[in-house]
Amino acid sequence: MQGKTMKRMLIVALSIGLVVPAMAASNPSPASDLKAFQDYFHKRFPTVPPADFVNGPYAMNADMRAQWQDIMQFPPYQFALDSGKTLFEAAFPNGHHYGDCFANKGLGIAQNYPKFDPKSGKIITIEIAVNQCRTKNGQPPLDLQKGDMADIVAYMTSTSDGKPIDVKIPNDPRALAAYEAGKEYFYSRRGQLNFSCASCHVQGAGDHLRAEVLAPALGLTAAFPMYRSTWGDTGTVVRRFIECNIQVRAEPGKPDSTAYRDLEYFLAYMNNGLPVAGPGARP
Amino acid sequence: MPGSILVRASANGGTTTVQALIHHPMDSGFVKNAEGALIPAHYIEVVQFAHAGKIVLTAFWGPAVSKDPFTKFSFKGGAAGDDISISWVDNLGNKDSVSSKIM
Repeated sequence: MQGKTMKRMLIVALSIGLVVPAMAASNPSPASDLKAFQDYFHKRFPTVPPADFVNGPYAMNADMRAQWQDIMQFPPYQFALDSGKTLFEAAFPNGHHYGDCFANKGLGIAQNYPKFDPKSGKIITIEIAVNQCRTKNGQPPLDLQKGDMADIVAYMTSTSDGKPIDVKIPNDPRALAAYEAGKEYFYSRRGQLNFSCASCHVQGAGDHLRAEVLAPALGLTAAFPMYRSTWGDTGTVVRRFIECNIQVRAEPGKPDSTAYRDLEYFLAYMNNGLPVAGPGARP
Repeated sequence: MPGSILVRASANGGTTTVQALIHHPMDSGFVKNAEGALIPAHYIEVVQFAHAGKIVLTAFWGPAVSKDPFTKFSFKGGAAGDDISISWVDNLGNKDSVSSKIM
């Protein structure tokens, strides 16, 4: 191959490498994806301390951070937390508690979710696990997006505050397939506006989208459940996924859909090592 | 609606800063629910903040104030241990109040 063509190919290869962070080296695996993903954002935003990525837009914009610090003197999710604690600690009519369904009585475990469930072959998010607990104890499932579910999970997540996120992908082809499906979803364009998650959260990270500052994909799900000022309310990851789909004018999936479970699995795995920052507050 | 007010007041060099978060739907009366029916107006009309029994701030709210309003203001005076009290009344006649101490 001629010298000039080689150089041009190298330049193209390098720029693709910058734009597609998950393109790993010679032996692709979730672990190498994770390293490439985190390295990409560290290189792109060298002044942001690694743990600060969990703060999303506040790590990208000093003015927003100042407003957030003001708001956080009185966390807007305080009511959700108080209600969540009461709901979590209340016994079911049969006398059992939520704590009986989880390791460590359900406290300090949020950093391990979502989990792969070998029995069903599906990904279980913490919200789905709460509903499984309810079903096991004869209670109807809760709305996965908001209300009591958001409050309960806000409380459970608060007991893991600061713990390093530790999502595992076991040596099971179904778990790996779920991870890969989540990754593919993240990078696939959809909707009338033809955006992928990456369009905003990788390419557009730190940029303004109307009045909002876009959070980078690294740390994106670490501060859920989240009080959003636009909602005036606390909501779960799935609430935001559905909202994002609607905003790019794509048909949203059902809250417990495999697509959303897999997407959350991928995104949470990419946060491994970052501190749990939920519940969080965003515009 | 008991327990709707969270307050924190701190005194610093002759000035006291008060922050309060009030849990209230603050429905304007103009918003429709999923079935298309108007959600009736339900909002705080007056809030009063008092230091040691003397009113330091009266706020006249209404339908333009959003849900779970947060207030932050400062006034001259006040010292750690002094009483701070907040009370509100809404358009349906509901009330709540709370007392706390300046930190």
